Amino acid sequence: MGIEQKLGNLGVVTMSLEKAVNWSRTYAMWPMLFGLACCAIEMMAAQASDYDMSRFGMELMRASPRQSDLMIVAGRVSRKMAPVLRRLYDQMPDPKWVVSMGDCASCGGVFNNYAIVPGVDEIVPVDVYVAGCPPRPEALIHGILTLHEKVRGEKLHDWA
Amino acid sequence: MDHVDKAVDALRRALGASILSVDVFRGQTTVEVAPDRIPDAVKQLRDDPELEFNYLAALTASDRWPAEPRFTVLYRLYSLPHNVFLGLHARLEGNAPQLPSLEPVFPAANWHERELFDLFGITFTGHSDLRRILMPYDWVGHPLRKDQPQGYEEVQFTFNFDEIDRRKPYARK
Amino acid sequence: MGLTQMEVTVDELKHLVSGRALEGETMLLNMGPQHPSTHGVLRLLLELDGEVVVNCIPDIGYLHTGIEKNMESKTYTQAIVMTDRMDYLNTMGNVLVYVLAIEKLVELDVPERARAVRIILTELQRIASHLVWLGTHALDLAAMSVFLYCFREREHILDVLEMCSGQRMMTSYFRPGGLWRDVPPEFESAVRSILDLMPGRIAQYESMLTKNPLWIDRTRNIGVISGPEALRAGLCGPALRASGPTWDLRKAQPYCGYELYEFDVPVGSNGDVYDRYLCRMEEMRQSLRIVEQALRRLPSGPVVSANRKFVPPPRSELGQSMEAVIHHFKLWTEGFPAPQGGVWVAVESPRGELACYLEGDGGPKPHRVHFRTPSFANLQALPLLARGHLVADLVGIIGSLDIVLGDVDR
Repeated sequence: MGIEQKLGNLGVVTMSLEKAVNWSRTYAMWPMLFGLACCAIEMMAAQASDYDMSRFGMELMRASPRQSDLMIVAGRVSRKMAPVLRRLYDQMPDPKWVVSMGDCASCGGVFNNYAIVPGVDEIVPVDVYVAGCPPRPEALIHGILTLHEKVRGEKLHDWA
Repeated sequence: MDHVDKAVDALRRALGASILSVDVFRGQTTVEVAPDRIPDAVKQLRDDPELEFNYLAALTASDRWPAEPRFTVLYRLYSLPHNVFLGLHARLEGNAPQLPSLEPVFPAANWHERELFDLFGITFTGHSDLRRILMPYDWVGHPLRKDQPQGYEEVQFTFNFDEIDRRKPYARK
Repeated sequence: MGLTQMEVTVDELKHLVSGRALEGETMLLNMGPQHPSTHGVLRLLLELDGEVVVNCIPDIGYLHTGIEKNMESKTYTQAIVMTDRMDYLNTMGNVLVYVLAIEKLVELDVPERARAVRIILTELQRIASHLVWLGTHALDLAAMSVFLYCFREREHILDVLEMCSGQRMMTSYFRPGGLWRDVPPEFESAVRSILDLMPGRIAQYESMLTKNPLWIDRTRNIGVISGPEALRAGLCGPALRASGPTWDLRKAQPYCGYELYEFDVPVGSNGDVYDRYLCRMEEMRQSLRIVEQALRRLPSGPVVSANRKFVPPPRSELGQSMEAVIHHFKLWTEGFPAPQGGVWVAVESPRGELACYLEGDGGPKPHRVHFRTPSFANLQALPLLARGHLVADLVGIIGSLDIVLGDVDR
């Protein structure tokens, strides 16, 4: 902060590059539309009028994985869908994060049978788990804000 | 009830010995038909101008393993003009059951029969496109049969947490 | 069970695509499981001649949850939780059909107050489901503000559901014999405020869409199917009624007390996307009519059957009566037994006919549960409806069929 004292009131702010990069990543994180089942409806409700996620920078949901940073796995992942999920995750460019929304994506949820993958963390590495069946839109927003905190603490070489 | 009795009588007149029994349970009538005569029975119900059973509502099956005959395939037909429904069922046995397809009579039976093929292994002869519909293409087995396991994974409590954690395949990158 | 590479080659689908595809004249395009306009994880294999759809092959199963098999290993009451998650926009309706099937199988009575509350909540759920349909359908056809308005209204209805059961969506509020617990005192005023609010809002949506030339251009004469053809293809619900046949299970085979209420069933004539839209808008208004009548006549009394063999006793009784303790113990540890035999029960969900086949075997767990879901039957007809239309119209057709993939795949 020595340079600020010398320059006085010139309207210059200094911060570390890491902080700047992480700040910008959190404020324009675009989720990929990956609504599978019931949690997708709550995700849509979180994006819509009453619980607006655009306030947190997620103005639109990009359907294309090439243009998104965040994959919110909302809903149960069946064994037929699992390779598709992995392929879409691989198609997302770095930096990318995954929020596992709901019980079925986190641990298999209510279902414990031949058709459901018990937890999406068997397929993709998950950053934040949001519990609930389905989680309230406020819970999802809390999960997203937790992810923002995590991103703010990241180092540059994580994604370099 | 009257219309249902008329329908049962018409079936008996047309198919004779192939009508094996008529059950009434909780007010719902089900007619048991010999498996290879099911399309004839349904066609009779559909084409008869007095009966007019013109809608196939549902097609499902049930497995009674290890009791034989093992599979019961159930049909539910509606007569929209008369507001009446009637059930038909056919019993099949063994591990490779076969049944003539209802698709030429009611195209609505297409996906229902594919679902039964996928989940129970019942082959429908004369079906235009018998492939798996709900399970992945390379799945082995027919999940809804009673001799197939539910396929569940052990629940992770505190006492077996680490043990399951070690065996569970996590994705790290 | 690792991830296997599952690819279907053109060889295996040769019998489904026309000869022109194999020569390369038409293009095979995959409208994949992840797509913003397929309303869920539906995969469509499109055979396109330029922009025109020659054939459309749906590929489902990406949300198959094995609910029917999983329910066989739970007791009847435990399995209610799983029924909620099938058609996740009509959660009350799913639970209703399953609970009605249990009640028919074991011949359990339901008190009048419980039936009236069931009807109120089911009709509110129908309105909520139609709101989501309208929002997503309009969003696909590029009317984005309708989406935001519909979800705003839906919040009011979800508040009512949350007030009764504690959960916004997967309520599991109906139990065999009646309801889980009585409605709270704020219920009546909350429902009345919805009844005051909704007619104006529905009029707002209609003013935005019904006479809008853009909307009419995109929906008139698209996806036309005639009445007899719709019956043969197995369509049900508003998709069938828009083509002519008046078939509504609430009128034809009334359940749960629907015969006591006066309402109309909207029927279309053209069988296109526009008629299906009009049918569903009118259905929302008729649902409000039913809720108003049911709320006015809401009888007082118990909300759950007194048959202690199937319904657990209230906690206050447990301190006083030994039989209550024994019933409580038996119901919670083992569950109630059901006789051998199978029953069919059908209700009218916002999508069509939702039927449940429940087979008991004398034990406390169901032997076989099958749900005949309307979206599964309706989606079969998609190739018939889509032939000859543009890809952009296909999106409108899928929206008008109102499919929910949880319903299709179970």
